[in-house]
Amino acid sequence: MILDLYRIAEAIRASHPDLEFDVKEGERRVVFKVKAEKLHNFIKFLRDEVGRDFLSTVTAVDYSDRMEVVYILGSYSDGFIFVVKTEVDRENPEVESVVDLFPTANFHEREVYDMFGVRFRNHPNLRRLLLPDDFEGHPLRKDYEWW
Amino acid sequence: MEMWVNFGPQHPFTHGLWRLKVKVEGETVVDVEPTIGYLHRGVEKLAEKRSWVKFIPYNDRLCYVASMGWTEGYVGAVERLMGVEPPERALYLRTITSELQRIASHFVWLGAYSIDLGNFTALLFAVREREFILDSLSRLTGHRMTYNYPRFGGVARDAPNGWVERTIRYLNRIERKMNDFVNLMLDNETFLKRVQGVGILKKSVAKEWGVTGPVARGSGLKVDVRYNDPYLLYEEIGFEPVVEKDCDCFARYMVRIREIYESITIARELLMRLPEGDVMAKRVPRVPPPGEIYYRVEVPRGEAGYYIVSDGKDVPYRVKIRSPAYVHIQATKAMMPGCNVADLPAILGSLDVCLGDTDR
Repeated sequence: MILDLYRIAEAIRASHPDLEFDVKEGERRVVFKVKAEKLHNFIKFLRDEVGRDFLSTVTAVDYSDRMEVVYILGSYSDGFIFVVKTEVDRENPEVESVVDLFPTANFHEREVYDMFGVRFRNHPNLRRLLLPDDFEGHPLRKDYEWW
Repeated sequence: MEMWVNFGPQHPFTHGLWRLKVKVEGETVVDVEPTIGYLHRGVEKLAEKRSWVKFIPYNDRLCYVASMGWTEGYVGAVERLMGVEPPERALYLRTITSELQRIASHFVWLGAYSIDLGNFTALLFAVREREFILDSLSRLTGHRMTYNYPRFGGVARDAPNGWVERTIRYLNRIERKMNDFVNLMLDNETFLKRVQGVGILKKSVAKEWGVTGPVARGSGLKVDVRYNDPYLLYEEIGFEPVVEKDCDCFARYMVRIREIYESITIARELLMRLPEGDVMAKRVPRVPPPGEIYYRVEVPRGEAGYYIVSDGKDVPYRVKIRSPAYVHIQATKAMMPGCNVADLPAILGSLDVCLGDTDR
């Protein structure tokens, strides 16, 4: 099983040369790092060619000096999880939406916009989801002043 | 003439605090627009201000009818970050309590669904049987609902004297009594007419909308974290998910009913061969090393995921909680257009949403 995962990751890198990946042995997880402008194509590739037909969630992590948007892709037929991370500019975070590939991304991306202020291009309805519409700021950013 | 009608935020059919805007043309639903956020408590932000251990009780309160599963998700994720392996007896106790919790949660759903569809008797039966599970869990953990039972590297308390025999007796009773009130529903012509062929979610559509748990299994997808990505003892016991192929509300109903029987079997089997030994690992660090993990468990509603980032400090750097009900509320957009207004409660009830973990 572990060998398979390595082979799959290597095969994916053959078609995406500047890809970074990390196989977590025994955990059935692979972590990929892609550039923001290639993200949409890469997720489409994973869905169509590698059988990642289940988008579990979309989230983001604020590292104070950089921000990462994280896509968690699984499958309806096996237990492997592909974590796709992309780095975005912290001051002006923007990334292509994947709602056209997975309709389920709609709420997840709205929540990321709500909490982190990441804008998703071509998202059909990019409004706040959990917080009220007149809320100021994006509370899960590390520089948010909550007091 | 088309018009928008609000279901909720406070409406008996919403099973929590959320709003479904429904666009109707006469009696036919044309479009729906779910709105959530009324129960948002900022749990993910709270996690960044609490130490690793102090955040465990918050997970109990994510979904108050399925506390054990959620806590298991958080504790399991942090254990993997720490590299701690609980002793065997603790693994058994955690698997057993997860399954007991699933039975209790499905009984809440069964009661709520029956009363939605006008069968009050089944609600009383379901709640009565659930009380036996809660009694068993409170003897083990000291609480009826929010248990705070799994801990990093084990469980909080060992089983008291006589707990195993008592729980097996309860499970036998529940299995015997289940037949009565399941037939109460299945022999009911009105009930069958309201659920069969209603709320169709086709296999391909279910995949696009990312549904998991009983909703996906009711659409013929053989997907269950316990089977695909096994944790605790599920690999050892050779778990097989329950799958129904009809894609309608009745299929989802049957999946949950069959899961109750399956959970009873699993819990009873594990209780019978519960090994002796410690319930806590010898050395458990207070703080996990820097790293990140995506860990998922099967809560009664579907796949619960925890994406946790640690920077080696005493508080979590980031905790992302993936909720199954959050996704199912979205999927109403795929199931509801075309149905009648009178079908909405039947469809909503079959999704078994829980707003505690949806809004977090």
